[in-house]
Amino acid sequence: MNNPIVEKYFRMDNLPHIWCPGCGNGIIMLALAKAIDSLGLDKDKVCVVSGIGCSSRAPGYLDFNTLHTTHGRALAFATGVKLANPELEVIVISGDGDASAIGGNHLIHAARRNIGITTIVFNNNIYGMTGGQYSPTTPNGDLGTTAPHGNIDRPFDIAQLAAAAGATYAARSTVYHANQMEKMIETAIAHKGFSMVEVISTCPTYYGRKNKKGSAANMIAFLKDSFIDVKVAEKLPEEKKAGKFLMGEFKKEEGVVEYTVAYESIIERLKK
Amino acid sequence: MSKNIKLMQGNEACVEGALYAGMRFYAGYPITPSTEIAEKSAELLPTVGGKFIQMEDEIAGIAAAIGGALTGKKSMTATSGPGFSLKQENIGYAMIAEIPLVIVNVQRGGPSTGLPTAPAQGEIMQAKWGTHGDHPVIALSPSTVRETFDLTVRAFNLAEKYRTPVMLLTDEIVGHMREKIEIPEPGELEIYNRLEPVEGETYIPYGVREGDLVPRMAAFGSGHRYHVTGLFHDETGFPSNSTENAGFMLDRMMKKVEDNLDDLIEYEEYMLDDAEVCIFSYGSSARAAKTAIDQLREEGIKAGLFRAITIWPFAEKRVKALAEQFDNIVVAELNLGQYVYEVERVVKGAAKVSHVGKANGDVLTPAEIAAKVKEVL
Repeated sequence: MNNPIVEKYFRMDNLPHIWCPGCGNGIIMLALAKAIDSLGLDKDKVCVVSGIGCSSRAPGYLDFNTLHTTHGRALAFATGVKLANPELEVIVISGDGDASAIGGNHLIHAARRNIGITTIVFNNNIYGMTGGQYSPTTPNGDLGTTAPHGNIDRPFDIAQLAAAAGATYAARSTVYHANQMEKMIETAIAHKGFSMVEVISTCPTYYGRKNKKGSAANMIAFLKDSFIDVKVAEKLPEEKKAGKFLMGEFKKEEGVVEYTVAYESIIERLKK
Repeated sequence: MSKNIKLMQGNEACVEGALYAGMRFYAGYPITPSTEIAEKSAELLPTVGGKFIQMEDEIAGIAAAIGGALTGKKSMTATSGPGFSLKQENIGYAMIAEIPLVIVNVQRGGPSTGLPTAPAQGEIMQAKWGTHGDHPVIALSPSTVRETFDLTVRAFNLAEKYRTPVMLLTDEIVGHMREKIEIPEPGELEIYNRLEPVEGETYIPYGVREGDLVPRMAAFGSGHRYHVTGLFHDETGFPSNSTENAGFMLDRMMKKVEDNLDDLIEYEEYMLDDAEVCIFSYGSSARAAKTAIDQLREEGIKAGLFRAITIWPFAEKRVKALAEQFDNIVVAELNLGQYVYEVERVVKGAAKVSHVGKANGDVLTPAEIAAKVKEVL
């Protein structure tokens, strides 16, 4: 028996998905479908765009206008789609490597323009599709197949990166906090302007195994225990915040003119 | 009716031609000597309800242009040498995903940053082989400002008709020189629009009817929800690892070009009928070749010109015939030898093929071409 949300929004013929047992990506994909359902969006007017990587396979399973592009370039393709047809609700699905390494330039510029695209980053802290190489969000000191002696890179905070670059909505959640995550995605899609929801996912196959993080369930329990909402954290003493990570809404700025609206106003002005 | 006669640059004529063909979306990145194409598009597109965007880099320029094309808009991007190199991966994407798109490359001196303000014809082979894997290629090269207008219209028409990216290979000379041009009246040139799904029929995004080669294309947002990917896909558009399917799909894509050579290949012949030597050229170099022919004929040497207008696919049948007619074919091009290899491949020793060219940023002069002709005769 299937979940009615799955039947309504998924391409049933393309399931099961290719993700490993214990992977957190499916939780995010379902949350996206639920958020779209709550908003009552017309499926014909939703366009989901992705790059390359594990998470970027999601659009193939979702019953919308879907575009699986080249590595890192989802936001650049999506910018063309959104500007050429602003009536489409454009949602980008990207991984940590896709969005912040090879696609980092497109991320900061899409945020800077405040174009009405919602970006959901499935952050599993590793390159999964290619077999476990360190990504821009792999914690310092952790192991990857290309960091066999420990990662000496310092990690990006993707949500804060987008906020600093000009995103008018930036939030972070985890695959443990599925209900909160769904609400954030809903808020992000409804938001007029560039919105970013970074979701911490789990990769037990590569990141987890390489770094001895235990089972998939252990990894999700770690998210439960380690993430605290930014609003809660404000009231906590320093010692209670040690070793914790922040989630929640970091930025929500209303009233900044959205890019395609600004362009339409040029067209209107030239008609006179 | 008064004629619409203007003095303009090749780059401006490119934008005029694009708008004539129905361009409604442009995304690109500034690069010399193609920048006027972006500037003019930025100025004019919003006046016709179209959209222009300057992206953060060359890769994003073509990516956004593909995105625009998927919403049903006729879409273009323009660049020069280094930018053409950067766009290669997404050119391949547009080919396998069968996206109608016009890519203009105003060629300049390379490699690398090279000679940004100097002309060259250095991307003849890159246009064909620049992106990885086997793929169909259509590339056109104009010699004049008016021809830049006409070939831009043609590039859009072919992109729409065959659902594939079409490259317009101009160069710094043709892009920047000013000539008098008569802009055609609306309706004077044929405009082709992509075929859309047939109403009432089940839409199969990458399926074709028996005997057809080009799938119909639905715009994103038009009610046909489908999947577009750079992975090999079957007729549903979804990824497929089947070798049988990959072979079938690639074969169909290649045939879009291979089975339509008569529709795709255009060339001009100048004083070839009574000639004793054939000069083979294209783009700006063909202008110098024509002058060289006039000068040679004054000296009693009967030279003639074959000018390729379609660069890819190659005018193989005609060039084979020329090799039967002439003992000597002199290829004049602004590089150290690129298109000449294609001529040699086709001629297969039936005529002597020589090359005159350079890659130092200088133009190829009529005197240099004439001297080469005298040397080989």
